[in-house]
Amino acid sequence: MIKVENLNKTFGEIKAVVDVTFEVKAGEIFAFLGPNGAGKTTTIQMLTTLLRPTSGTVAIDGLDPVAKPLDVRKRFGIVFQDPSLDQELTAHENMDLHGVLYHVPRKVRHERIELLLKLFELWDRRKSFVKTFSGGMRRRLEIARGLLHTPKILFLDEPTLGLDPQSRNQLWTHVKHLNETEGVTVFLTTHYMDEADRVAHRVAIIDHGKIVAQGSSGELKAQTGADSLEGAFLKLTGTTIRDETAGSADAMRQMARMWSGGRRR
Amino acid sequence: MNVIFMLWLREVKRYLRSRPQIIASLGQPLLYLLVFGYGLAAVFRQAGQGSSLQFVAPGVIGMGILFMSIFSGIGLIWDRQFGFLKETLVAPVPRLQIMAGRTLGGATVAVVQGAIVLIACVLAGFRPQSLAAIPVALLFMALIAIVFSALGTAIGSTLRDMQGFQLIMNFLVMPIFFLSGALFPLAGLPTALAVATQLDPLSYGIDGLRAALISQAHLGVPLDVVVLGVLATAFLILGAWAFSKIQV
Repeated sequence: MIKVENLNKTFGEIKAVVDVTFEVKAGEIFAFLGPNGAGKTTTIQMLTTLLRPTSGTVAIDGLDPVAKPLDVRKRFGIVFQDPSLDQELTAHENMDLHGVLYHVPRKVRHERIELLLKLFELWDRRKSFVKTFSGGMRRRLEIARGLLHTPKILFLDEPTLGLDPQSRNQLWTHVKHLNETEGVTVFLTTHYMDEADRVAHRVAIIDHGKIVAQGSSGELKAQTGADSLEGAFLKLTGTTIRDETAGSADAMRQMARMWSGGRRR
Repeated sequence: MNVIFMLWLREVKRYLRSRPQIIASLGQPLLYLLVFGYGLAAVFRQAGQGSSLQFVAPGVIGMGILFMSIFSGIGLIWDRQFGFLKETLVAPVPRLQIMAGRTLGGATVAVVQGAIVLIACVLAGFRPQSLAAIPVALLFMALIAIVFSALGTAIGSTLRDMQGFQLIMNFLVMPIFFLSGALFPLAGLPTALAVATQLDPLSYGIDGLRAALISQAHLGVPLDVVVLGVLATAFLILGAWAFSKIQV
């Protein structure tokens, strides 16, 4: 479903992604793990048509994101690391707008919206503004929205960041359920190794832009002699802390936190 | 078409739902109306220029539209990182449609804001020459709104963070406002200033508004319409091009 060969991305001097090769089969849940700044988000951006690769080939359901961006975009749903809901609109309006953007016919759109909002336990709050939602509810709504146009692939970029254990647990239960019932291929990144261990069929670990290991969680544990995926991860990537250079996005993220904190008071 | 309409509708909905913002953005134009319309009324009369309130009202209407249009365009930076923009950029929709929906929505909102300022001016004592003046004034309001929404989109597409915002305010938006003749007559200026005012797109908008509302034109309506029309087209193309280059 996703096929990546010798993918490279350089920003000026910095090599963000170096010679990355992997394949995700249809119906698989694939976890892409790595320390901060390892190249996870950059890779996702290249897979989802937001960034052009410097070199290498990507095929999403057999299509090249650079040559056929619109066709590729129809085939996936995505939950970004940073929120991308419109907070001034209601849950239902956010879903409806997404449906229009993806050319889902009106009748199907309304049926799918009802189905997904009920599935993610948001139907009762469909007329509430998103700004009144908790972090967990927003995440659920984003995932529900990402599934509205029945994509073949769902990209989840650190979807559980900042959520409490209850919300995290519930979110992964939903994702697994969707994978099993609708056969959606899932490509996820996370910093919580226990989540990856529990949910993913296969795992790839990326560090300094290069893939250092891939296989099932069991294979990685056996390969490193660790008793948990977290242990294997630390053995493969070392224990030094990576300081990601703070870019403009981080500065704005901080500002956003300040602002939303002010609003809640 | 549906996509453009939905994105346009979104901008309008967001505007109508943020009442505090509507009131806040009325503050500045009304302050200028107060200071220049009433505060300088005596000086203006002595100079034989008639009513300063009548003169300044079209200027502050233009100001309201200018600020609203540019802000909606620059809001893009914010939206890009924490908002809905990313959702639209990964949708299977050409960028041009997204840009068109956003920009037209921003322009519509700016015209509504301008109309509110006009109503506030009338409440403050401003009298347009006739009711027939209103449609022509609305045409100029729409032209100003499109020119600056498109410019705002072009700027918002190229800025990386909020730091650039102050720069744009101080070196672009404020000069555009002050050099436009919103607050002073364009006739009899020193050459350098006269040239500067003629390079300012807003001059043509304010001149058109003044022609429509109080029949006082300096540059002339035909020139105003042509210049604003050409600039609107140019900035829309520029905005669309800049928007198509956005990488998240």
